[in-house]
Amino acid sequence: MNNLEFSLAIGVCSLGAGFLGALTGLGGGVVLVPLLTIVFHVDIRYAIGTSLVSVIATSSGAAAAYVREGFTNIRVGMFLEIATTLGALLGAFLALVVPTAAIAIIFGVVLLYSAYLSGRPQPVVPVDDQPDALATRLRMNGSYPSLDGPRAYYVHKVPTGFSLMFGAGALSGLLGIGSGAVKVLAMDQAMKIPFKVSTTTSNFMIGVTAAASAGVYLNRGYIDPGLALPVTLGVLGGSLLGVQLLTRTRTHRLRLVFGAVIVLLGLEMIYKGAVGRI
Amino acid sequence: MTTTKWTDRRVETIVGNLLRIGVLLSAAIILAGGLVFLVRHGTEPANYRIFRGEPSDLRHVRGIVRTAAALRGRGIIQLGLLLLIATPIARVAFSLFGFAEENDRMYMAFTAIVLVILVYSLVGTA
Repeated sequence: MNNLEFSLAIGVCSLGAGFLGALTGLGGGVVLVPLLTIVFHVDIRYAIGTSLVSVIATSSGAAAAYVREGFTNIRVGMFLEIATTLGALLGAFLALVVPTAAIAIIFGVVLLYSAYLSGRPQPVVPVDDQPDALATRLRMNGSYPSLDGPRAYYVHKVPTGFSLMFGAGALSGLLGIGSGAVKVLAMDQAMKIPFKVSTTTSNFMIGVTAAASAGVYLNRGYIDPGLALPVTLGVLGGSLLGVQLLTRTRTHRLRLVFGAVIVLLGLEMIYKGAVGRI
Repeated sequence: MTTTKWTDRRVETIVGNLLRIGVLLSAAIILAGGLVFLVRHGTEPANYRIFRGEPSDLRHVRGIVRTAAALRGRGIIQLGLLLLIATPIARVAFSLFGFAEENDRMYMAFTAIVLVILVYSLVGTA
């Protein structure tokens, strides 16, 4: 393929990835790296660097719409970003030394786990209306708009959430993904933050997390402009379309379909990594 | 439940607009650089199978600005990507002012920590 054909083909695929990523809250990065490496035979290091930049575009582009909806908890996001950015730096430095076959296998495992998270029925988190001392001291409790007006919620288990976020950041930096699934898990399941608030706050954090490792990747020559051109513009366009539909669509069935795609890609990444063809 | 100034709609809207402007501006620069790149090199074969790493001019802020100023397509795209990476950093910097406005020392400190990590990553890891 020449540069023009290559850009068009990747641009169209990236558009789809960004659209589904925004709509499911899982981010486009999770399918981009397998797409680039398996379908387009791009070296995984270029794929990771490029994906990471597109993750920033998705997050920042979508955040404008999310913020208007009034779901984001800025304090929770900012506090947890300390953990995700430190993790992201660690992940980016690990990516420089870990063999690519190992990265592919880790990527595959993360894909399978993301699919499991998005495919299982949403566990009902019991509403805990007792304020948590630490979260209250950190002024994290908030409210979100619902049909019956603003609904207040209390944030819980801050240390658990913080630790999970460090892991999410490390995965983001190592694999070039937003790791929205882990971030949502940390807020929704561990910290008992309402699901919509968790997904939008996660999106809010993803760009900052990705920026922390993107600097390392840029300085080490992992970010290629020719590749980033179609990926970034495609993912951005797709995510803007997706976020338009976010507040009007029930995403459960879509998450199942997207989950199935992720399982297949995950198995393929593990296989390619195991036989060293990555 | 008291809502503070920083978390109210007005400031959130400013942050949202900041992010949107940053992203749209960088997308426009990437698109412009992409047109230059594809017009000049569109028919050349694309090969990303083998990792070579970018030349040093496309790795660092100063080199990227110089290459973009020379109107090289890849340099302009890279400048757009640099702006994209800078957008969330600008958001964090803006948050620092937001928390300062309401005298929230604790969250000013948290925000400053995040900002230092981000700036270190971009300029300290070369």
